Amino acid sequence: MVTKEIAQETENVHIEKQGSQTSGEYIVSYIHRVKTGDLGSLPIILGLIAIAIVFQSQNENFLTARNFVNLIVQMAGITTIAYGVVFVLLLGEIDLSIGYVSAVAAVIMALLLKGDPASNVAGWHWFPAVGAALLSVAIIGLLQGLIITNFEIPSFVVTLSGLLAWNGVVLILIGGSGTVIIQDVVIIGIANYFLPSTVGWAIGSVAILSYAIIKIQTNFSRKSQRLPITPTPILSVQIVGFALMVSTAIYICNQDRGIPLVGIILLTFLVGFTFLAVRTPFGRYVYAVGGNKEAARRAGISVQRIRVIVFMISSVMAGCGGIILASRLRSVDTGAGGGNLLLNSIAAAVIGGTSLFGGSGRVSSALLGALVIASVENGMNLLGLSSGIKFVITGFVLLMAVLVDAISRRSRNQSGLA
Amino acid sequence: MKKTILKLEGVSKRFGVVQALSHINLEVRTGEVMALVGDNGAGKSTLIKGIAGIHPFSKGKIYYKGQPVKINRPRDSSALGIEVVYQDLALADNLDVVANMFLGREMVQTPWRIDEASMEKACLATLEALSVMTIHSVRQPVATLSGGQRQAIAVAKAVMWNSEVVILDEPTAALGVAQTHQVLELIKRLADKGLAIVLISHNLQNIFEVANRIVVLRLGQKVGEYIAAETSQQEVIQAITTGRIPRMTVQNGN
Repeated sequence: MVTKEIAQETENVHIEKQGSQTSGEYIVSYIHRVKTGDLGSLPIILGLIAIAIVFQSQNENFLTARNFVNLIVQMAGITTIAYGVVFVLLLGEIDLSIGYVSAVAAVIMALLLKGDPASNVAGWHWFPAVGAALLSVAIIGLLQGLIITNFEIPSFVVTLSGLLAWNGVVLILIGGSGTVIIQDVVIIGIANYFLPSTVGWAIGSVAILSYAIIKIQTNFSRKSQRLPITPTPILSVQIVGFALMVSTAIYICNQDRGIPLVGIILLTFLVGFTFLAVRTPFGRYVYAVGGNKEAARRAGISVQRIRVIVFMISSVMAGCGGIILASRLRSVDTGAGGGNLLLNSIAAAVIGGTSLFGGSGRVSSALLGALVIASVENGMNLLGLSSGIKFVITGFVLLMAVLVDAISRRSRNQSGLA
Repeated sequence: MKKTILKLEGVSKRFGVVQALSHINLEVRTGEVMALVGDNGAGKSTLIKGIAGIHPFSKGKIYYKGQPVKINRPRDSSALGIEVVYQDLALADNLDVVANMFLGREMVQTPWRIDEASMEKACLATLEALSVMTIHSVRQPVATLSGGQRQAIAVAKAVMWNSEVVILDEPTAALGVAQTHQVLELIKRLADKGLAIVLISHNLQNIFEVANRIVVLRLGQKVGEYIAAETSQQEVIQAITTGRIPRMTVQNGN
C-alpha cells in the first residue's frame, strides 16, 4: 500500500522546468538561497560598506576620488597574485612560494631591462624582458607542481621549501647593490599611468555593451533550447545595475587622475580567469578535482596534469603581481616578495569567500577580498594607526570573514544543503 | 527479446595465493535484471571489477554480443557499452547535476567553451526519460540532493552514454525505505528499456522485487542460478550460506 503510493508520487513528480520563472519567483528563490546559507558575495559587499562607513566617519578623506584611485593602485599587486591563489585553493592545495616567486619575476625583469652597462650589454626591450620573467616563473611552477604530484608530497611542504629557496635566489640575483632601479617607461606605466577620461569612457561603454550582449545572448540560446531563462525585468535590472556601477567608477576616477591602467589590467584578468574557471572544461576539472578527486579520476580526468597546470598558473600570476608591484615602486630591492605579501594574497582569496578545503570559490573573490584588505590598510594609514594595531585589525577582519563562511556553512548543513 | 549480451566463460581470478574467483560461467541478458548475491568475500566485487576492467581476470573468456573481447582497462569496458555504478557513486558534491552527468565528457562549442545549454537539455532529457524523481533543478549542486536522488543521478550518468550493460554495486545500501523503492523502480524501468542490469545487493527482499535471475556466489565459485519467480528467499539463503561448492545446481529456464 505504502509503496504503491510512493510509486505514484515518483511518477507524478517530474522535473520542474520549462516555462520561465517570473521575476517574483526569481527573487523568492534568491532570498531562499540566502536564508539557507548560500550567501554568495553578499557578506563581503556588506563588509565593504561597513568599512567605508567606519573610515569615512573617522577621516573624511577616505571616500574621495583621490583615495579611490590610490586604492586601486594599492590593491593591484595582491589582487593579481590572489587570482592564482584562488585556483590553488580550489584544488584544496596551498602555494606558499608565491611571495618570493613574484619577487623572482620582478628581479629577472628588472635585471634584463637594465642590462649590464659595465660590460656594455644593452638592456632588453620591455616585452621580451617581461616574457622571460614570466617564462622563468612558469618553469618554477612546473617544477613545484611536478614534485608535488610525482612524489605525492603535500604542496604545503614543497612550496614552503620554495618560499625559502626563492627568497635566496632573489638575494643572489640582486647582489651587492641591494636595489635594481627600473627606468623603462612602459613598465613604470603599468602602475603609474592613468587613462585619459575619454579613453576611460570608451572602454567603459565597450564593457557595458559586451556585458549586455553576453547576458541577452545567453538568454536567447537558452530560450531556443527551451530551458528556463532569467526573467526579463531581472535581466534589465542586472544590466542597468552593471552600467551604473561601471559609470560611477569611471566618473569617480575621472574626477582625479583618471582610471589607472592597472585597474583595467585587473579587470581583464578577472574576466579571463572567470571564463577559464566557469566556461572551459579545464576550469570544470579544477572544481571537480577539488570536490572529489576520485570522481574526477574515474571520469577520465588527468588529475595530475590539472594540478601541475594550476601550480603553473599560481606562479605566473605571482610573477605578474611581482611585476606590477615593481612598477609601482619603480625598483626591486632585497625586501621584494617579503613582508606580509604572501599572507595578504592568500587572505584576499579567503576573505573573498574561497574555501581552503577545495572545490568552492570564485575568481572574483580575489578582487573583492583584496579590496577589503587594501581598504582596511588604506583607511588605517589615513588614520595614522601604528603598525601593531594595523596587524591586529587585519587579523580580525580575516577571522570575521572565515567566521561568516563557517556560520553560513552551518546554516547550509541545517537546511540539508551540504 | 532477451538476448545474451555479455557472457563469461570459465573466468578465474587469482591474487597471489588467493583464488578469488574460480571458473565462473555467467550470462547477462538484455531487458533483464540479474542479481548477484553472496556473502562477504564470495567474489561479487572481484567479478564486477573483472568485467569493468579494474582487475582483469587471470583466466577465462569474455564474449560481448557473441564476439570474444578482451577487457584489460576500465576504458575497454566503457567502449563496449558496460558502465559500473560503484557504491560510493563518484559524484563531485560541489558541482551541479549537469556538470556531474557530463564530467570528463563535456560538450563544447568551440574547443574552449562548454556548451552549457545543450548539456542541460540532454541532462533534462535523460532524467525525464528515466522519470527520475523530485529533482528541483539540475543546476543545484549534487551536495543538496538526497541519497536516492544521488543514486539516481549516478545511474542516469551511467545510462546516458548509450551503455547497454549497467552494473550496480549495492545501490540501495545507504538508502531509506522510500528512496530504496525509488531506486528499485528506476532499475525496473532500465530493464524495461532493454538494458542489461547486473545488481549486486545484500538485501534479498529488494532483489526479489526486481530481479529476473539470481546468481549465487560462494567462496569464489558459482553455487547456484535461480529464476527469481521460481525460487524462494529460503532457497537462495541456503545457497549463500551452505551452497554445495563442487557441483553446481543450475536450474536453467528459458
